[in-house]
Amino acid sequence: MNEEHLQSVLHAAPGSGAELLSGLGIVLYVGAALIFVAVIALVLHATFTDRLRASTRAWVVGGGIVFPAVALFLLLNYSIAVGSAVSAIESGSALRLLLDCFRIDSKARIPPPAPGSLRIHVDGKQWWWDVRYEVRSGDTSSIVLANELRVPLDEPVELLLTTSDVIHSFWVPSLAGKVDMIPGRTNRLVIRTSEPGIYRGQCAEYCGGQHALMALYVIAQPREEFEAWLTRQAQPAEAPRDDLLRSGYDAFFKGRCPECHTVRGTPADGASGPDLTHVGARHALAAGTLRNHIGTMAGWIAGAQDIKPGNPMPDSEVYTGRELRALSAWLESLE
Amino acid sequence: MLPIAAVLLLGCTHESGYEPNVPGGNAERGRRAIAALECGVCHEIPGVPGAWGHVGPPLVAYRGNVYIAGKQPNRPDVLMRFVRDAPSLAPDTAMPAIAMSETQARDIAAYLYSLE
Repeated sequence: MNEEHLQSVLHAAPGSGAELLSGLGIVLYVGAALIFVAVIALVLHATFTDRLRASTRAWVVGGGIVFPAVALFLLLNYSIAVGSAVSAIESGSALRLLLDCFRIDSKARIPPPAPGSLRIHVDGKQWWWDVRYEVRSGDTSSIVLANELRVPLDEPVELLLTTSDVIHSFWVPSLAGKVDMIPGRTNRLVIRTSEPGIYRGQCAEYCGGQHALMALYVIAQPREEFEAWLTRQAQPAEAPRDDLLRSGYDAFFKGRCPECHTVRGTPADGASGPDLTHVGARHALAAGTLRNHIGTMAGWIAGAQDIKPGNPMPDSEVYTGRELRALSAWLESLE
Repeated sequence: MLPIAAVLLLGCTHESGYEPNVPGGNAERGRRAIAALECGVCHEIPGVPGAWGHVGPPLVAYRGNVYIAGKQPNRPDVLMRFVRDAPSLAPDTAMPAIAMSETQARDIAAYLYSLE
């Protein structure tokens, strides 16, 4: 179930928009390659033939006007059809005709999400992703996480993409094309997949020094598992269960962590960094930079500037070894 | 054989020209385990891509170290235990116990001893 898929447009997930885009891509690559080979063959033929018997006019009109006009007309319509199929819009009769012409069947098209269904707000930041689930209309503060989205299988899920600072671009190559996150605008992307697993994505618009370490994961799972996860995410953090976790909790408040981080269910309500309420359940740390275990957690807290130089999280230098271990254990216990 | 080898190893010291060796450990597998567990977040480890952390000590030329974390003798059996469960040997350490198999610990120790 938790298979990590290759991050590649050539490995599009079944049922995703990327699958349609990849089909369009193959037509373009193969078509361009065939035309290139044909043109080179004609050039060689013309170069090494003593007397050309071909009619110049026929070649100019046929190869220079008719062929490009037909090829581009078909390609343009094919790309309009694919574009509309991945955009999750209600298609009018003209578009439907186009979709049928190119055999893009209704199962492959991404349907518009039902009114009132799940929406996910993703806000790009230097250099991580703030993720908020809008389960009930207008409520975007009860399920907040970072750098990870979970979605139910086979359902179109609407993402609303914004940015708090510079331009970012949301790109999970195996699921959909890239969509920019532009200051002052809200862009929309609908994703869907029929294959469970973990899909990696990354920022696709240069956004500063740590752009390369701004990744995220989309985890697709069956509806029941997704529901269970969502219910858990909506709950506040549990109280520390033992002495070690309690000293980790104390260390969190001894440092400057709560100035930037929220842990729902505790007094920590900082807003500038990722919400850590269920950080222990996440697939990765530091926006897809590190695997998530107690060792990487400790290393990230103590050496965030080594790992992502220039990111807003300082190296924490106030903790003893025991405190750092306890703090990491407490954060990892927040599942 | 292994218990006998272990007893023999325990009797050895660096001064007597002792060369640390981890029976059954595979250094190349250890190098890959170090990369997979991301030990390089905290340590500088030659031969492991991206391992340039400064949270813990650099593990350069580790074979020649006499003490582990300045506390325990640098012997294969102790190092195998330390990489998995550092707090049991050094209670004040910042290095958490890391979940890994005994084979992984053995391979990692083998790799660290290959660093001259």
